[in-house]
Amino acid sequence: MALAADAPKQSFRLGMLIYDTRYRAITIQVIVLILVLLFVGWLLDNARMNLALKGKDIDFSFLWRRAGYDIEQNLIPYTNDSSHFRAILVGLLNTLVVAFFGCIFSTVIGVFFGVLRLSKNWIVSRMMVIYIEVFRNVPLLLWIVLVYVVFSEVMPQPKDFRPGADGVAKASMWLWDSMAITNRGTNIPAPLLTRPLPDLDTAALSLNTSLWFVIILFAVSVWLNRKIVQQATKVQEATGIRPTTWWKSLLILIVPTVAALVLMGFHLDYPVLAGFNFKGGINVAHAFSALLVGLTLYYAAVIAETVRAGIQAVSRGQSEAAFALGLQPGRTMSLVILPQALRVIIPPLISQFLSLTKDTSLGIAVSYLDLRGTLGGITLNQTGRELECMMLLMLTYLLISLIISAVMNAYNASVKLKER
Amino acid sequence: MSDISYVRDSMLPPSEPPGAQTGVVKWMRENLFSGLSNTVLTLVGVAAIYYFLQLVLPWLLHGVWYANSLSECRSIIAENYGPNASGACWAVIRLRWYQFVFGFYPPELWWRPTLNFALLFVALAPALFSDNLRMVRIMVGVVAALYLLALVCLSTTPLIFVVTAVLIAALFGVSVVAPMQLIWVTLLFPFITIYLLWGGSVWSSAMGLAGFGVLAVVYRLTNDRLGVVVATGVGVVAAILWWIFLAGPVAGGLASVLAFRLEPMDSDRFGGFLLAFVIGVSSISISLPIGILLALGRQSDMLLIRSLSIGFIEFVRGVPLITMLFTASLLLGYFLPPQTNFDLILRVVILVTFFAAAYNAEVVRGGLAALARGQYEAADALGLDYWQAQRLIIMPQALKVAIPGIVTNFIGLFKDTTLVNFVGLRDPLIGITAVVRSDLDWKGIYWEPYIFVGGVFFLACYGMSRYSMYLERKLKTDHR
Repeated sequence: MALAADAPKQSFRLGMLIYDTRYRAITIQVIVLILVLLFVGWLLDNARMNLALKGKDIDFSFLWRRAGYDIEQNLIPYTNDSSHFRAILVGLLNTLVVAFFGCIFSTVIGVFFGVLRLSKNWIVSRMMVIYIEVFRNVPLLLWIVLVYVVFSEVMPQPKDFRPGADGVAKASMWLWDSMAITNRGTNIPAPLLTRPLPDLDTAALSLNTSLWFVIILFAVSVWLNRKIVQQATKVQEATGIRPTTWWKSLLILIVPTVAALVLMGFHLDYPVLAGFNFKGGINVAHAFSALLVGLTLYYAAVIAETVRAGIQAVSRGQSEAAFALGLQPGRTMSLVILPQALRVIIPPLISQFLSLTKDTSLGIAVSYLDLRGTLGGITLNQTGRELECMMLLMLTYLLISLIISAVMNAYNASVKLKER
Repeated sequence: MSDISYVRDSMLPPSEPPGAQTGVVKWMRENLFSGLSNTVLTLVGVAAIYYFLQLVLPWLLHGVWYANSLSECRSIIAENYGPNASGACWAVIRLRWYQFVFGFYPPELWWRPTLNFALLFVALAPALFSDNLRMVRIMVGVVAALYLLALVCLSTTPLIFVVTAVLIAALFGVSVVAPMQLIWVTLLFPFITIYLLWGGSVWSSAMGLAGFGVLAVVYRLTNDRLGVVVATGVGVVAAILWWIFLAGPVAGGLASVLAFRLEPMDSDRFGGFLLAFVIGVSSISISLPIGILLALGRQSDMLLIRSLSIGFIEFVRGVPLITMLFTASLLLGYFLPPQTNFDLILRVVILVTFFAAAYNAEVVRGGLAALARGQYEAADALGLDYWQAQRLIIMPQALKVAIPGIVTNFIGLFKDTTLVNFVGLRDPLIGITAVVRSDLDWKGIYWEPYIFVGGVFFLACYGMSRYSMYLERKLKTDHR
């Protein structure tokens, strides 16, 4: 009787490195590793030779030298005597501020238009289809450049705001004489403080103390308000009667912030026509407005389409069930459809925020001095340090992208369906 | 007894529904005025449309096609419609359309990009409509007809007219007799493009192509003994050796015997939509296989390969395209052997290909993730090895899911080709428009060129997104 014997022990042969699945993975990885290392080594060796030929080295000390160029829009104190590092910081803030407002505005408009796109009203839904298709299918760059050209070539000159010989000005200011769009820029009122807190300002870090104070104060009030609402819910669950909280909420949300602003002497500084241009207020450069408007319009169309897809992904039975329960259409939307649609909408929305942030680099078309414009533009050209600047530029963008996706993914995890 | 019972023996004709319940009135009541809020929305919508039209319509209707400068345009409009009338000056498009389309390609050679563009659709037809031979025929027929029309408009020399007309007619013949044979045009298309657009001797393209022949022959010869992976490796090495050492001399030798030479064209002559299509189409087609490999790498069990793929994909997706373009123009030179200096378009295509590959990899990964686990297990159970399983089971299904996403990627990439302006190439949107606007005759014109360029982009992108929706419907196999 033959017993099933163990497979004969095979001695190791070289061929097994390829044919034996146990070793093949290791073989392939070793080969790939060697190839990658050779390739990277080749690249680095080339870079070394090229740098030697040009008499350059890799050196980041240029960051601390005098930048010597002006930046029109700076959120932190900056003069052309500041260092390149400071200029890059200004650029980074300019990138972030466009990205921030762009994300907010495009989301608001996008959600609104996406809901209107599904409206039963034929005219409105057709209008939204046209808007979405036109803006989505044309390069974003076109919208930015077009808005910029229209702003700087169609808008009136500052002198047109002066009454002419017939006593009538050719152009007038908007919003009760508080805002003026000229071909040189948009003038809006500036929030000013007469008794601000002392600012903290060092080379690397600068802090507008008053602004941060107000923001933190408001955040604390919001937090307190949430506590009050939670407390009310607890009382309601225990006794069945919800205590009135609206005046408490109102008091907590508004009073501390307003009081702080009044104490610091908050007032608006309106732009006034003086000489050949408007003085006072804030002059928002057209580069900024064009970039923001272009990004907002384009991404609003993209987000509207995402929202539509998300709402349509909620099955019809859900809205029918809500109607059967006697909910009004508005409440059906806000209580039943949107919370479910949000789960479908958020993942693509994250990637759209990411692309919006990356697309702020298109400010190059209108010479907006963002991160690309300072670090990858003027600083790069002035110092001639392409390698270092491009490396820093790519790493910074990468970091921003990673942070945004981490934050949004955390939010996504908090709203997604909790499966047990 | 007389019969008084009454039986109706014919049906009464149904009466018409009330006036408010039929036709236009009913439709309007349901879709426009079903309630207070709906009525308000309708009125607001109509008001918005009216406001928009009364702003734009006169401008469009007063359009001038025949003028030689912007001031002449304006004086014609003022003459015809009064001094305050506004009007479009389409004359700039009529006079300068060729720059938007061909950039600075010389007029007598316009037939080359045109023929190449026509061949692009012939090459695409068998890939786009693989299971609908009628559509292939229709597409090739339409392309052939349009090409002939374009040739007449471009007034080429008779020789070129006859040769290319015969060529395109022959392709139409092939599409009628054996449409799937057109896949050869698809495979040859990259080399046809290089030959037609950049010119030079046909042999340099042909010898480049022959490298793939070398790869295929070596693979065939060694596949039985060495297995897929090693045979591919040996084939690639052989092809690279061919390209480096043999292709040049052989091409030179053949060219000295019989050179089918086209006039060589420098990359700085390229511009406008020609450039956008060259960069867009070549990047997306080269990036597709790379993207598939990256997606497979990302799913791989091998740690090293997985981390390399993830690192590459996430890095590329984390930086803006514009930094990649700057890398192409500023940095690529640093990482290549000293004194290597090659064409800017080629450099841009390489970097844009990397960019597109990362995005395609994510789409293909989505397709792979959509597959049921059972498909992999079934492939294993049949005893297929990794590449057989990928080729026969996994990829056909995963790519089917991924195609709409790939088309979307292509639309995005095609729109993003306008960014090449910032590294010194003349894209249609900014580069060529700036050239036109810098002409003294057309200084101060902006709506017309932007509307023209935007309109062409819209047609192309909208067409592609419609095609992607058609695919989505066609490929949907689940019946929900």
